[in-house]
Amino acid sequence: MSEPSPLRELVLTRIRAFLREPEALFWTFVFPILMAVGLGVAFREKPVERAVVGVERGSAAERHLAALRASRELKVVVLGDTAAARALRKGDVAVLLTGRDRLVYRFDPARDESRVARLLADQAVQAGAGGARPVATADDGERRPGGRYIDWVIPGLIGLNLMSTGMWGVGFGIVQARNKKQLKRLVSTPMRKRDYLTAMILARLVFIVLEVPPIVIFSWLAFGVRIRGSIPAFAAVALLSAMTFSGLGLLAASRARTIEGVSGILNVVMLPMFVLSGVFFSSSRYPAVVQPFINALPLTAVNNALRAVYNDALPFSAYWPAVAIVAAWMVLSFVAALKLFRWQ
Amino acid sequence: MFTWPQWLATFDSRPKATCVSHDPAHLLSKVVHCAPVSLTHAIRHTSVADPSPAVRVRGLHKRFGDTVAVKSLDLEVRRGECFGLLGPNGAGKTTTIEILEGLTPRDSGEVEVLGMRWETDGDRIRARLGVQLQESEFPDRATVQEIVRLFRSFYPTGSTVEELIGFVQLEEKRGTQVRNLSGGQRQRLSVACALAGSPDLLFLDEPTTGLDPQSRRQLWEVCEAFRAKGGTILLTTHFMDEAQALSDRIAILDHGEVIAQGTPLELIRGLGGEHVVEFAATAPVDEARLRAIPGASQVVQRAETTLITVEDLARAIPALLDEVEAAGGQLATLNTHQATLEDVFLALTGRALRDE
Repeated sequence: MSEPSPLRELVLTRIRAFLREPEALFWTFVFPILMAVGLGVAFREKPVERAVVGVERGSAAERHLAALRASRELKVVVLGDTAAARALRKGDVAVLLTGRDRLVYRFDPARDESRVARLLADQAVQAGAGGARPVATADDGERRPGGRYIDWVIPGLIGLNLMSTGMWGVGFGIVQARNKKQLKRLVSTPMRKRDYLTAMILARLVFIVLEVPPIVIFSWLAFGVRIRGSIPAFAAVALLSAMTFSGLGLLAASRARTIEGVSGILNVVMLPMFVLSGVFFSSSRYPAVVQPFINALPLTAVNNALRAVYNDALPFSAYWPAVAIVAAWMVLSFVAALKLFRWQ
Repeated sequence: MFTWPQWLATFDSRPKATCVSHDPAHLLSKVVHCAPVSLTHAIRHTSVADPSPAVRVRGLHKRFGDTVAVKSLDLEVRRGECFGLLGPNGAGKTTTIEILEGLTPRDSGEVEVLGMRWETDGDRIRARLGVQLQESEFPDRATVQEIVRLFRSFYPTGSTVEELIGFVQLEEKRGTQVRNLSGGQRQRLSVACALAGSPDLLFLDEPTTGLDPQSRRQLWEVCEAFRAKGGTILLTTHFMDEAQALSDRIAILDHGEVIAQGTPLELIRGLGGEHVVEFAATAPVDEARLRAIPGASQVVQRAETTLITVEDLARAIPALLDEVEAAGGQLATLNTHQATLEDVFLALTGRALRDE
């Protein structure tokens, strides 16, 4: 009989414990897909909506009805004066065309929708009157895969998922084992401590093979989101990220004695990244002063690296700084966890 | 060897509950006088002489904050014996055993395990120890076989996984997940893991707490089988019948100190009589006359009953019946039990072992 390797047995124990827990499976594999579905539905490709333009009966605007109706971007409603005023107030029409002698556009300039409708209506009116266009232009309104919100958000979702499953999974697993005195029992054997911590991280690598492809495949089939860069590069970034977040999970759980304690730590660590690291909207919206700090966060670096491969197909030379930040977090957290770790 | 100045008071304060042993054999012994000891003491082995004792402790101290857990404790466990640390909850048993296991640092004192010190030989000691913690659990969804294989992988040498599972009689449960095991099966799994590296010394901390009588017996058998192979055991327990059944020698701990040490028989003999007779009569019997009963050493009057410690039941019972009759009464109840370590602990501390 071949001698079993402790590292292998520890990894297997961890993987089995996880795979046999139906709830954990649900949250790991189903939740990200539900999230992608939700976002996909919210930002799906809608038919272009026509701007609703009100025309007051008997006003100067009636003269331009034909030109307005000819525009494919406008929906024209003809209304009496009181009905017209109410429709504008309620937002049923985005702009009201009125005026006795001169054509007047009545609208709320604070509403983007109204300003767009006003411009479109004016364009139609001017064109109908044969207005000259001093500069010749053409429109290209085709929507291309790769530039949509869903394309941008999927790598961010993958990064978010790597972070939360890595940190929660490792953090909870360790605190639970500590609580149940499993760690104490293990350190009373000749087991090497770094084998245990390494096993926690290696087991995560196996899980991401199970949890990342479903999101990638689902978003490709459902929304046509594709990895534009190389798949091995994407896999490498994802593996590195998973290891980093497991390391951070180890660190977060290195001293905590209770599930509540570790939950608090994990929330404090993860919530800022949730908001700052460009998961759902670009982190460039934050002031320039805080940008260096935001860019140094592990999730920001992970998302930057993932998007560089996923959306932009950039070469490694373009995103290596992000990868270096991720790797540095991994080394730091693992070393610190090994030092701080409380075994009982 | 020790004295018990408050013997009367202590016997009197003994709560009813302490008589209710978890072991039916003990209850039985009150009536038919079969000692639980005899069952397991049949297979004792003397081990090969080894220069160093399995455990040697000198002047061990440990405090947690303001609480002194262990106070100038001396212990010596010989190779091949089963040594019992007996004491109530909070006596310092677990602290002591965890210091010996290298899990808790000590404040002062000398500790040698298998002739080695934790400071310099931690890894070598660990490789030769088997440890069963009082409250350790295994991952719920791992199977018996998987857990034994995991623990076996930590040791360079030892029995095979199959042998270990067979040794604790869990063959039929090898594919069962921990969450579906009974308390006794979990405890035997824990012992199988402790035995994974073929240890020289096995530490068992309250191994049968919470187990049903049959499971306790099974675990005891596993301990005996380990002993039969020449292993040394140090166990803690707050069950006097367990200490009595398994141990060659016992140290009684109270408030972090050893208050008595010896073989179970030595400790019990220290009481002056080996049997306790408990009776109630319809008419009171003069206490002086009870003391005159042949072999009687102690008489304790309680609310309902009277207890007498005697050397020989065959001589004492007829004399007692005569006295009851002479006083013009009849026996209402009559019970006897063999004096136990419980009685020893009561005599020494004035408290019951399991005052909870």
